[in-house]
Amino acid sequence: MSDPIINVENVSKSYGGVHANVDITMQVERGSITGIIGPNGCGKTTLFNSIVGYHPIDQGSIQFDGQEISKLRVGDIARLGMLRTFQQTRIYSKMDCVDNMQISVSHRPDSKSSIFASRKGEIRDRAEHLLEFVGLYSKRNLISGDLSFGQQKLLELAMALMNEPKALLLDEPTAGINPTLINGLIDRLRRANEELGITLCVIEHNMRVIMNLASHIYCLSNGHMLADGKPAELQNDQRVIDAYLGGH
Amino acid sequence: MIKSNDVMAYGALGVLGILGPILFPDYTLSIAYLWMMVLMACTWDTLGGQMGYNSLGNITFFGVGMYVSAIVQISFFYDGGVGEYTSAMGSIKPEFTDSEYFLGLFWGILAASVAGLVLSVLFSSFMFGLRGPYFAIGSLGLAIAAAELTITIDYVGGASGISMPLFPGDIEFRSTFFYMLCFGAAVIAHFLLRWLYSTQFGLAINAIRDDEDKAEAMGIPTLVYKRIGWGIAAFFMGGIGAIAGNMAGFIDKEVAYPVPTFGIFMVAMVLLGGKGTLWGPVLGAIIFHVIKETTWTYLLNLQWVALGLILIVNIVYFQQGIMGWLQAKFPERFGIVVDPSTTQVGSRQGGDGQ
Repeated sequence: MSDPIINVENVSKSYGGVHANVDITMQVERGSITGIIGPNGCGKTTLFNSIVGYHPIDQGSIQFDGQEISKLRVGDIARLGMLRTFQQTRIYSKMDCVDNMQISVSHRPDSKSSIFASRKGEIRDRAEHLLEFVGLYSKRNLISGDLSFGQQKLLELAMALMNEPKALLLDEPTAGINPTLINGLIDRLRRANEELGITLCVIEHNMRVIMNLASHIYCLSNGHMLADGKPAELQNDQRVIDAYLGGH
Repeated sequence: MIKSNDVMAYGALGVLGILGPILFPDYTLSIAYLWMMVLMACTWDTLGGQMGYNSLGNITFFGVGMYVSAIVQISFFYDGGVGEYTSAMGSIKPEFTDSEYFLGLFWGILAASVAGLVLSVLFSSFMFGLRGPYFAIGSLGLAIAAAELTITIDYVGGASGISMPLFPGDIEFRSTFFYMLCFGAAVIAHFLLRWLYSTQFGLAINAIRDDEDKAEAMGIPTLVYKRIGWGIAAFFMGGIGAIAGNMAGFIDKEVAYPVPTFGIFMVAMVLLGGKGTLWGPVLGAIIFHVIKETTWTYLLNLQWVALGLILIVNIVYFQQGIMGWLQAKFPERFGIVVDPSTTQVGSRQGGDGQ
């Protein structure tokens, strides 16, 4: 029954003397929502960076969709269909929202986008539809850098969805978003997973969010894989409680 | 910019372009240089404004194009080739027939454009590893190196340059002919870029400008876009270099690689008009040229001071340039508005973000 779309095996990564990731093994099941938790500085973002090719790994193997990707670069991996969003939101800040969306179409070889394609028609429709999906339709003509932080975060999510990736890695999608909006965001992430069939892997500090969202969670601590399991199992795991959740 | 403004702008520019040399025949060549500067500004803006790569070396393609066209024009119809022609230091004046001259010029301009394009592809292979000021200085280095290299090549006359083939016709016809070439080239460049900016290409180079790492992470093949962008600029700069060389009548290092004048002017014009906009470079080039010509006439000896002053005011008070300033001042005229017609719950939810 196991069908991992992302398969990380014994991956290690050091920065000088800092062992950010040590012998990490994890799988993200196709079609699932998988969570990664752990204290600040435990190596979550380093692991993301390793997976999407931001830096070379010291050892180990990373496969995406059955293909070894640990030697590929960021752009190549993105064009295979795996994207990530950033902890510090990154959008094209001098372009308006619709333009941000339109340039986020898939650049995979099988996609229909071409360098000199017109920006009208199907691409624009889909861009506007997704902006509505994240609640930014009325602001579609505004320069994206002028949006609030929370709106930029939603725009970044919509841009990732525009790309129709097979897998999407989200680095703290709810950080800095107000509580009422978080519910909407969870709902949208779940719908993206169910309706668009996008596998999600989410780094998250908000326990309520991740316990609700993910079907399987990995917990990192000090660069090591501490534990993994279903949300309920992890909540009762003494090691996780000691390292991260706290004793109350 | 909204459509009706575009129509008005094209109308005004069309009138200037067609009636200018008829109404002011004495200024035909000056207006020709105006269109040349419009072309330089527009093509510089592709990388410098739209893509955020400040190239100070686009003048390289101008100079190389100028020399390539000279080689082609002379070698085509003079049996001795450029080497013999140049070594005679101008004492050989081969007579070209009308058709030889114009055919040679046609192939010369084409070869110059292609040479610019090829050179840019070559440069792209190592230059686009550089970003920000490193790219700017690196590209400036290319221009200086190309200029210095040129004068070491005796084949093209070394430091003593090349006399271009004589134009077969009277002086008025000569002015009008080159005027038409410059105007035509500027029009073609503008409309090609206008179309390009309306495609995915335009968005991709804007994305590279705003956040190249993000663009890379989203799978945009950034190098492809960068190469195309520079290639287009180089193609036009090569072609206009060929035209400029023939207009000047004599070419050497100073004429072919005017780094401190045209090389800087093209940047200054774009900054004045508003970088990264369709009309900014056009507007900037026109204003800059008019001021330059006026100060050269009425403030001789102080012309550089006047130009410097304009640059300083521009950089200190209007960094976004005229078009950028207009856009910040009147965003609604550029369509930057909240859509009031949408009041779905979903929309409001997004609006409540922190």
